[in-house]
Amino acid sequence: MKTQQDRAETPLKVNSLQGGYNGQAVIHDCNMTVTAGEIVVIMGGSGSGKSTFLRHLIGLKPPMQGDVELFGQSLYSVSEMERLSLLKGIGVSFQSGALLSSLTVAQNVSLPLIEHTHLDQQTIDFIIRMKLDFVGLLGKENLLPSELSGGMLKRAAVARAIALDPRIAFMDEPSAGLDPAVSASLDELIIKLRASLGMSVVVVTHELESAFKIADRIIILDRGYIIFSGTVEEIKVSKNLRIQNLINRVPEEEEFDPEAHLKRLFGEA
Amino acid sequence: MVAWICSLGKSLKAAIAALGFAFLLLFLAIKITLFGKKFDQPVRLRHIILELHASGVQALPVVILMAGTIGIMLAIQGIHSLAIFGAESQVTFGLALSIPREFAPLITGIIVAGRSGSQLASRVGSMRLNGELDALTAMGIAPARFIVAPCLIGLMLSLPILVATANLSAFVAAGLYLDTALGISPVAYWNDVFIIVSLADLAQSFGKAFVFSILISIISISKGLSVVGGADMLGKATTSSVVTCIGSIIVADTFFALLS
Repeated sequence: MKTQQDRAETPLKVNSLQGGYNGQAVIHDCNMTVTAGEIVVIMGGSGSGKSTFLRHLIGLKPPMQGDVELFGQSLYSVSEMERLSLLKGIGVSFQSGALLSSLTVAQNVSLPLIEHTHLDQQTIDFIIRMKLDFVGLLGKENLLPSELSGGMLKRAAVARAIALDPRIAFMDEPSAGLDPAVSASLDELIIKLRASLGMSVVVVTHELESAFKIADRIIILDRGYIIFSGTVEEIKVSKNLRIQNLINRVPEEEEFDPEAHLKRLFGEA
Repeated sequence: MVAWICSLGKSLKAAIAALGFAFLLLFLAIKITLFGKKFDQPVRLRHIILELHASGVQALPVVILMAGTIGIMLAIQGIHSLAIFGAESQVTFGLALSIPREFAPLITGIIVAGRSGSQLASRVGSMRLNGELDALTAMGIAPARFIVAPCLIGLMLSLPILVATANLSAFVAAGLYLDTALGISPVAYWNDVFIIVSLADLAQSFGKAFVFSILISIISISKGLSVVGGADMLGKATTSSVVTCIGSIIVADTFFALLS
C-alpha cells in the first residue's frame, strides 16, 4: 500500500519498461525512480532510445511490457481519461517546442490554465506574465511561435510546461541546436526551476557539458538498456568502456566486415 | 495477376482501416461531447464558435455567389428544356423541386468540402507533424475534445445555415432572372415556390446538410491525422481529403435520392 508520503516523494517510477515500435523492442527492461526535487538527466548517443523512452514516460506511448507510475499511480493501466488527468500534473517541453503555431506565446502559456483551472482572466494574465518573466520572455506575449528564435521557442515551451506548477517537468533536448550562451542560460533555468519551485526535472539530452552542470543523477541509455545510473562524480570515474567513450567523445568502433559492407553498397543486403 | 490481387487486397485493407478509424473518431467526438465534462474534458463553447465562424460565416460569400449562379443556370436550362414543349412558364416547378432537394445541399457540401475540409485536413496534419497533438495530450488535453468535437459540432451547425442561405440565394437569383427573361413577377414566382416546396423537400435539404457535415469533418480530420513524413505528405493528405469528401458527399446524395 502506497502512502501519501511515498507518492509525494516519488513523482516518477519506471518498472521493467519495455517499449518500441511495431512490436520491435527499442527499450529493454528499464527501471528508474525520480524523487522529489531531483534533476535526472537521461543521456545516450543518437539512436539509443532516449526519445522513445521519454514518450513512454509522458504517456504518449504505451509500453510493450512494464509500467510507468506517476505520483504513485500507474499511467498505462488506467483509462484514457484517467491518464489525461494524471498528465495534468506534469509539464513537458518538447525538443521542437511544439507550441500551437496558430496561438501567440501568451495564448500557448495560458492553454493549460484555461483548460484545467477555473481561474479568472485577470489571474491567468498575471500567471502568464509571471511565467514568461521566469523564463525571460516578458514582453513577448503577443509574438507567434514563428516569430521566435530557437532559444526563445524553447523558453516559451518551458513557460507553458510550468504554467500549472507541475511537480515534475520533462524536457527533451532543451539545449539542442542552440549556441553555448543560450544553452547555458537554459541550464540555469532548469536549476532555477528546482530551486524556486521545488520541481523534479527529467532532462533528455546528449549535451555532456549541460548534463554535468545540472544533473543530480545521470542515467545512460545504450541500445535501449540503462547501463548506468549515478552521480556526475560516479560517471566520471566509471570503468565502463561505453560510458567512457560517450563522455570522452570517442567514436564507437564497429566490427568491419568488408564482404557485408560491399553487399550493402550494392543493395544486396 | 497475383501481384494485382495482393495490391487490391492491400488497398481494401487500408480502406477498411481508414473507415474504422473514421468511425472511431466519430464515436470519440460524440463520447467526449456528451460525457467530457464528467471526465474534466469539456468541449468549450468558444472553440465551437471559432469553428462555426471559420466554416460557416467565412464561407457565406462564396456559397451565396455559387448558389446564386447555379440558380440562374438552372433557370436558363429549365427555360431551354421546357421551351421544346412550349411550357417555359412552368420552369418554377423544376426550380422548386430541384434546388432544395439537390442543388443547394450538394453545391454547399462541395464548397465546404473544398474550403473547410481542406483547411481542416491541413491544419490537423500540420499539428501532427509539428508535435502539437502530442503536446496537447501531454498537457492532459484530449485532442478529441480540443479539435475533433468542436469541428464536428461547428460544421453540424454551420452547414444547415449555409444550405438555407444557398436555397435562398438560388431562388432569389433564379427569380430575378425569370422576371427579366419571362416577365414572371416576383409575387407570382414566390407564391409558386411556397406552394411547390414541401416540408419533405426542406427535410431532405437539411438532412443532407447534417450528413454532409459529419462526412466532411470526420474525413478531413482523419486524413489530417494520418499524415506522416513531411510537407509532401501533408499536401497529399489535403488533396485526398477533398477528393474523398466530395466523393462521399456524392455517394451519400445518391443514397438520399434512392431513398426518397
